[in-house]
Amino acid sequence: MEVLLSFFANIDWSEIWLATGDTMTMLFGSLFFTVLLGLPLGVLLFLCSPRQLFEQKGLYALLSLIVNILRSLPFIILLIVMIPFTVLITGTSLGVAGAIPPLVVGATPFFARLVETALREVDRGIIEATQSMGASTRQIITHALLPEARPGIFAAITVTAITLVSYTAMAGVVGAGGLGDLAIRFGYQRFQTDVMVVTVVMLLILVQILQTVGDKLVVHFSRK
Amino acid sequence: MIEFHNVHKTYRVAGKEIPALHPTSLRVENGQVFGLIGHSGAGKSTLLRLINRLEQPSGGQINVDGEEVTALDANGLRRFRQQVGMIFQHFNLLASKTVADNVALPLTLAGELSRKAIDQRVAELLARVGLSDHAKKYPAQLSGGQKQRVGIARALATKPKILLCDEATSALDPQTTASVLQLLAEINRELKLTIVLITHEMDVIRRVCDQVAVMDAGVIVEHGSVADVFLHPKHPTTKRFVQEADQVDESEQRDDFAHVPGRIVRLTFQGEATYAPLLGTVARETGVDYSILAGRIDRIKDTPYGQLTLAVTGGDMEAAFARFTAADVHMEVLR
Repeated sequence: MEVLLSFFANIDWSEIWLATGDTMTMLFGSLFFTVLLGLPLGVLLFLCSPRQLFEQKGLYALLSLIVNILRSLPFIILLIVMIPFTVLITGTSLGVAGAIPPLVVGATPFFARLVETALREVDRGIIEATQSMGASTRQIITHALLPEARPGIFAAITVTAITLVSYTAMAGVVGAGGLGDLAIRFGYQRFQTDVMVVTVVMLLILVQILQTVGDKLVVHFSRK
Repeated sequence: MIEFHNVHKTYRVAGKEIPALHPTSLRVENGQVFGLIGHSGAGKSTLLRLINRLEQPSGGQINVDGEEVTALDANGLRRFRQQVGMIFQHFNLLASKTVADNVALPLTLAGELSRKAIDQRVAELLARVGLSDHAKKYPAQLSGGQKQRVGIARALATKPKILLCDEATSALDPQTTASVLQLLAEINRELKLTIVLITHEMDVIRRVCDQVAVMDAGVIVEHGSVADVFLHPKHPTTKRFVQEADQVDESEQRDDFAHVPGRIVRLTFQGEATYAPLLGTVARETGVDYSILAGRIDRIKDTPYGQLTLAVTGGDMEAAFARFTAADVHMEVLR
């Protein structure tokens, strides 16, 4: 017991809980905006892509290029490049509020691509059947495409949420706070291994919960 | 009435124009079951999809009950499609919706009925196709035949006047095929619905269709009442389909009959003539002997027919042949 306690000598639990709260705020805040922006972008990518309802070669190439540029940019660079823009939106580039815009910009293209892929998995016959009922394009999207792609979209949200967890750790670099920040400042820079272990375990638990809930939703909506 | 006036369709693949349907004129009367038969790639699927403009024609005019379908704008086309139901080879049901919600979908999309009225109509439709107990299930929990019944209920939801069937029984086993075809025949009879179906099985045509068109390489090569086309096929493609359905190979048969003495004739009976005791009477009166080499007695939709291949020997053969011809029986002398 003595040994165990001495191993956790450096841990300030209130600090850990605060950091966990910050991570959750960043995660769910950015996830909300990522889905809000990424879902329509994914639908647009799908509709414009070759041989789909609104085949638009030029627009698809342009959107694709923007998405690819944002996805190839290392997140750490994006964090720094985004600073002036972040200040414009949130008034600060620091803390949780300062981290959310770069997180959203980093995750949205990724999520949009996953949505595009999920929609492409929907059988063309379903679209044809819905068209034959006299559905408008908007109705095809809301009544057929999105409900049919729902398991795929939930899987995409899960993967995106977990990617965002690791992004929030990097956001510590711009002073965002959170578990990752704690791990870097105390665990790494001050050689406090116990802090490192605890923060990593907290992140692991978070990822486990996200994956489990996500998988459950996917199975539930698969209707198989 | 569905009318095609010089309708054609070409696809552009890799800069090349590939004709799927050569200029075609066609007329399907109201209340008919019209079958299109052809091998895959013959253009029958294209022709079917031109009717509700899932395919856009490259030229020509399509009219349905006097309305020019080819001239409709997006809104008009949506309204028109609500009057044309469609069922598919792979059912194309929404896996994410229950049976009841699948059937309700066309009504929800049309947005003309209240939720309550929709529920009532869905219950009616499910009862008609015999799936009332399965309303809350998801398509994945149903068999192929049940899925197609859901497809049919869904296609009938908006009370269409035309039903398009795209290889509707091709993914089903023979027994299920028979029950789905029976349901289609019932619907045609009771709702006075015009049905256009495409298939590659002559048997489907024989069981439910009134009229048939045979397609090959984007052209309708033969067209007429099922009995005429089926019993007296003229085009090689049609002959091949009929032989496949009867499982006979004409050249093989010719070899088999080589050693049989006498003349060989094929008699085709239709309607009531099928049941008349003609062969015995003629044999007695003209003194000919006959032996039956091959034969089939069956129905085309509701009309009985028989087709017998006979070897005839002795007696007054010319008189016997004259009697057959006079008795409203189609006779072909094979040898």
